[in-house]
Amino acid sequence: MWNKKTQRDAFAEALVEIGSRRKDVVVLTADLSSSVKTNRFAEKFPEHHFNVGISEQNMMSIAAGLAASGSRVFASTFAVFGTSRVYDQIRQSIAWPKLNVNIVATHAGITVGGDGASHQMLEDVALMCSLPNMTVIVPCDALETKKAVKFVVDYNGPTYIRLGRSDVPTITQENALFSIGKAMVMKDGKDITLIGTGTMVSRCLLAAEKLEKDNIDATVINMSTIKPVDEKMIIKYAKETGAVVTAEEHNIIGGLGSMVSTVLSENVPVPMKRIGIPDVFGESGKSDELMEKYGLTPENIAEAAHEVMKRRGKQK
Amino acid sequence: MLEEKARIIRKHIIKMIYTAGSGHPGGSLSATDILTALYFNVMRHDPKNPKWEDRDRFILSKGHAAPALYSALATSGYFPVEELLTLRKLGSRLQGHPDMRKLPGVEASTGSEGQGLSIGIGMALHAKLNRKLYRVYVMIGDGENDCGQIWEAAMSGAHFKTDNLTVILDRNGLQLDGPTRQIMDIEPLVSKWKSFGWKVIEINGHSFREILNAFNRAKSVKGKPTIIITHTIKGKGVSFMEGAVSFHGKSPNKEEYEQAMKELG
Repeated sequence: MWNKKTQRDAFAEALVEIGSRRKDVVVLTADLSSSVKTNRFAEKFPEHHFNVGISEQNMMSIAAGLAASGSRVFASTFAVFGTSRVYDQIRQSIAWPKLNVNIVATHAGITVGGDGASHQMLEDVALMCSLPNMTVIVPCDALETKKAVKFVVDYNGPTYIRLGRSDVPTITQENALFSIGKAMVMKDGKDITLIGTGTMVSRCLLAAEKLEKDNIDATVINMSTIKPVDEKMIIKYAKETGAVVTAEEHNIIGGLGSMVSTVLSENVPVPMKRIGIPDVFGESGKSDELMEKYGLTPENIAEAAHEVMKRRGKQK
Repeated sequence: MLEEKARIIRKHIIKMIYTAGSGHPGGSLSATDILTALYFNVMRHDPKNPKWEDRDRFILSKGHAAPALYSALATSGYFPVEELLTLRKLGSRLQGHPDMRKLPGVEASTGSEGQGLSIGIGMALHAKLNRKLYRVYVMIGDGENDCGQIWEAAMSGAHFKTDNLTVILDRNGLQLDGPTRQIMDIEPLVSKWKSFGWKVIEINGHSFREILNAFNRAKSVKGKPTIIITHTIKGKGVSFMEGAVSFHGKSPNKEEYEQAMKELG
């Protein structure tokens, strides 16, 4: 029912578009240009693309030096190498001095599949959200990815953009606006609020369809910015529906669910449940098998919705 | 003239660390003559216009020698010399380790060892891309040669042919826990850096004649970056701090302070 496309391809298209209209952009990668797709930018603008080999720490600090001099920088690698491996370089060289470095991390989450736990980054959002000055963006599809990449090039301060490896359904509209810190209502309902991020937004939509069969009218929100999170949107829909489920392809600790539960508990303490990876490392398998094993299916979201609504009772 | 500037900068270093009650005198004093040469002779810079696009850049990768950098900047006119005594105090622009967003003239925020060289490569690449003629200078400590990132950067500096980059290695032979040869033996440094594709110059880091000569030679090297290994004495200029591991990261007490100021004249 939906067209599918990888977010990496959208990232590559955005970079090429950016490169063709401005000369201050520099793209860095660490021996993964064909995987993260910066090779397409490199073919067109070879002078503006630097492959540093497998030296991510070096890459992040080089990015800082370029940005401090006035370049607009994209540094791209796999999420596992672009966060935990280089947390100190991001902290010291980039985030502390608030430099314009955009880290575009691909292959995030468990849907990486066969590569297994070493490559399935499930803690990156938590790490990046904990850094002052850092903005954390998790686009839900290729279209939104392209908009986000084009948006951050002029954004003042560092950003982290989290992308997956696989094809994802295109669920946003061409004319939908992307803005940092603004969530998007994908479906407006009155009974429960499902808040998803990244690959889980389409699964929330599928869960909403299932709930409809039980006469439950769900709101679905695409929370594409995790930090700063759209508090107003969370509060508004928590008040209207009185029950919230969050869904993310990330450790249940420190990601979207933690962020939303903080907002709820301080403002509108309604019943909620978090869907996410239950604080474990991943393993090899097919994407869909893994999503099922770790409880990240539309069915899991729908079940959580029933449970939360039960806890809420009739009163909103 | 440079000798006199260096003497004044050393006095500032001692006074500011004594006033702060903490800081790193040893590695600040070993770096002083090189910093003096850079800010008062070698670099093209304008203290009245610290954001001048074509200025030469200096990055203190060994960020704990911040007092030496701050003294050189203040003496050059980037900010009032009186402000030096606010070092490490609440609300001061003179943070314990350099913060590029707080103090004019500071080109990079440093303090976590091993990152400044990569930052310098980024600045050198920006110059090349934009046909800028500025040069980039990065000072690293000898202890930083323990860091893997330094060697990642060393490889990429040569790979990207950043001949507009000059590294100064402050070879004072001591790190926090003791002599480098005991803690982590980094020798042979000359052949290591050479084998990484760098032009290597070895000098006495307390001889202005040798320092100026080395920077001049580095400017004429094409196609590869240069590292100047400057043999220095930790704590240089204060008798009881010279070669003393104990003064890596400790403030002098009142007696020591008075003695140091007397020796520096």
